[in-house]
Amino acid sequence: MADPKIDGGKRRILLVTTGVLGGIATVATAAPFLASMLPSARARAAGAPVEVDISKVEPGMMIRPEWRGQPIFVVHRTPEMLEDVKKMDPRVADPDSDASIQPEYAKNEYRSRKPEFLVLIGICTHLGCSPSDKLLAGAESGLGSDWLGGFFCPCHGSKFDLAGRVFKDVPAPTNLKVPPYKFVGDTRLLIGDDKGAQG
Amino acid sequence: MSKAQALLNWIDDRFPLTALWKEHVSEYYAPKNFNFWYFFGSLAMLVLVIQIVSGIFLTMNYKPDASQAFQSVEYIMRDVEGGWLIRYIHSTGASMFFIVVYLHMFRGLLYGSYRKPRELLWLFGVVIYLCLMAEAFFGYLLPWGQMSYWGAQVIVNLFGAIPFIGEPLAVWIRGDYVISDATLNRFFAFHVIAIPLALLGLVVAHLLALHEVGSNNPDGIEIKKRKDASGKPLDGIPFHPYYTIKDTVGVVVFLAVFSFIVFFTPEMGGYFLEHNNFIPADSLKTPPHIAPVWYFTPYYAMLRAVPAFLHTQFWGVAVMGAAVLIFFFLPWLDRSPVKSIRYKGPYYKIALTLFVISFLILGWLGTQPTDFLGRIGKTEWAVLLARLFTLVYFAFFLAMPWYSRLDKTKPEPERVTG
Repeated sequence: MADPKIDGGKRRILLVTTGVLGGIATVATAAPFLASMLPSARARAAGAPVEVDISKVEPGMMIRPEWRGQPIFVVHRTPEMLEDVKKMDPRVADPDSDASIQPEYAKNEYRSRKPEFLVLIGICTHLGCSPSDKLLAGAESGLGSDWLGGFFCPCHGSKFDLAGRVFKDVPAPTNLKVPPYKFVGDTRLLIGDDKGAQG
Repeated sequence: MSKAQALLNWIDDRFPLTALWKEHVSEYYAPKNFNFWYFFGSLAMLVLVIQIVSGIFLTMNYKPDASQAFQSVEYIMRDVEGGWLIRYIHSTGASMFFIVVYLHMFRGLLYGSYRKPRELLWLFGVVIYLCLMAEAFFGYLLPWGQMSYWGAQVIVNLFGAIPFIGEPLAVWIRGDYVISDATLNRFFAFHVIAIPLALLGLVVAHLLALHEVGSNNPDGIEIKKRKDASGKPLDGIPFHPYYTIKDTVGVVVFLAVFSFIVFFTPEMGGYFLEHNNFIPADSLKTPPHIAPVWYFTPYYAMLRAVPAFLHTQFWGVAVMGAAVLIFFFLPWLDRSPVKSIRYKGPYYKIALTLFVISFLILGWLGTQPTDFLGRIGKTEWAVLLARLFTLVYFAFFLAMPWYSRLDKTKPEPERVTG
C-alpha cells in the first residue's frame, strides 16, 4: 500500500461508496419481497360486515357466526346471567374494561349495547384459540362449583365471565374483544359495522 | 496405471476430490474412545436425507391450498401408490429427527462438547436446532387438520405478544388476519425450500467447524495434544474405515426401530400424529384439548405456566423463547476446569440429572390439559408443577457459573481411557 502511485484515499472512497450504494440497493430490492408477505388486496377486502338473524336466539342460548374468518359469540343473556355478571366483579382482572379492546358503546357494566345481547370476538386474547362456551353455572361445567357461567379456553386454561371479562391469574391478559356492531331493527345484528347506530 | 486411477487423476487435476476425501474422511482422525452417544450425529444426517427424499416425493402429490390440502393428504394416503408409506416415513422422520437431535445435544452436555475450542461448533448446532423447530412447525400446518390450524394459530400469536410490533408482525407472518390459505401457501414455501436450504448450509458449517477443531470424546481431553512422529494424534483413528463401519451398525439398528414405527405404530398413540389432526381445519372451533407435537411440549408447558402480568401475556412467550435461546450461552456458563462428566463432581451430576428430569416432566405436562391433576385452591397442580420445573430448567443454566466452579472435580487423564 506504500506504492506512491496508488491513491489510497480515493480507493477507500470508491470502495465505501460502492458498498453503501450496493447496500441501499439490496435493502430497496428486499422491500417489495417483504411487502409481498403482507395481506393482499383480496385478503383486505374480505373483511366485509356480516348480518345475523338473532330472532331465534332464545334467552340463555348462543350462536357463533363468522366474521373475517373469526368466530363471533352472540349470547342472549337471561336476567339471572346479568346478575351473575355483577357478582363476578371482584373475581375478574379488568372489571371496567380499562385495559381491554371494545368500542366505546360496549365499555360498560355488561360490555354490550343492549344488556341482554353479548357480542364478542370468540378468540382468546392469550394466543388465539377459540374458547368453549360454558354458559351454565355450577359444577356440571367441570370448572368448579363456584363457576357462574362464561367461557373457558381449552388451550391454556384462561377463563372469562358472561361479559367476556378475563379472570384473575389466568394466562390471558385482557377481556375478550368486542367487535364493532349495531342492531338493525329488533331481530338483526350487523357485525363489523357500527356507523349511524344509536346507543 | 489403471483406468480408474487415471480417471481419478483427471478429476483431481480439476477438482480436489481425493484431497477432500482425505481431509474429511479417510484422514480425519477421531478419538478412538467414542461410545454409544456418538452415533447420533451421523444418524441426524441420515434422518435429514430421509426427510428430504420422502419430502420431495410427497410434494409431487400434495396441494398447498386451503381447500385442497387436507384432501390431497388423504389422497396420498389412499390412492397414491405407496403414498401411505412415503407419508408415514416423513411423519415418523420428523419425530425421530428430534429424538436423535435431543440425544445428540445430551451427549454434548455429558461430555462438555460445547467447551473451548468448540463454542462455534455448538452455536451452529443450536441454530440448526432452531431451524429444525421452524421446519417442523411450518410442516405441521400443511396437512390442514384441526391441530395444524390451531397449533399455527397459537404459535403465530406468540409473535403477536411481543410489545409494540407484535400485532403487525403476526399479520405479516400470516399474510392475513387469521390463519388462511395465504398462510398455508407461504408455510409450504418455507417448509420445502427456504428452511431446508438453510439447514443444509448449517450442517456443512457444523461439520467444517467440527473438522477444524476435531471431535471431543467421552474423556473430554484433546487428542491433538499428543501426536506421534508423523503428526497423527496417538489416540486418534481415521474416520474411515473405523467410524464409517461403526456408524453403519448404528444405522442398521436405527432403521430397524424406524421401520417398526412406520409399519406398526406410525401414529405412536397420538404422539407422532395427533388424533385431532385427522379432522379438517375449522376456523370456528378449537378442539377441546390442544397440545403441540411431543417435541415442543416442554416449552409449551413453560408457556402455560407463566400468568399474564401487567395486562400482557408477553412474559410466558419471553420465558419460552429464553428457554431455547439460553443454549447459546452454555459455552460461557460452564466454568468447570474439566469438560467431561467423568471428571466433574457431584454438583454437575445432580444438576444435569435434575435438568433432564425437568425437561421430561415439562414435556409430559405439556401434552396434558392443565387441570388433569386437579387443583389446589384456585391453581391447577399441573401449572404449579410446571412452574417448579421451569425454575429447575433455568437454574441448570443460570447457576452453572457457580456450581461448576465450586464442584469437586477429578484430574483428567493424559490419554483417553477407552
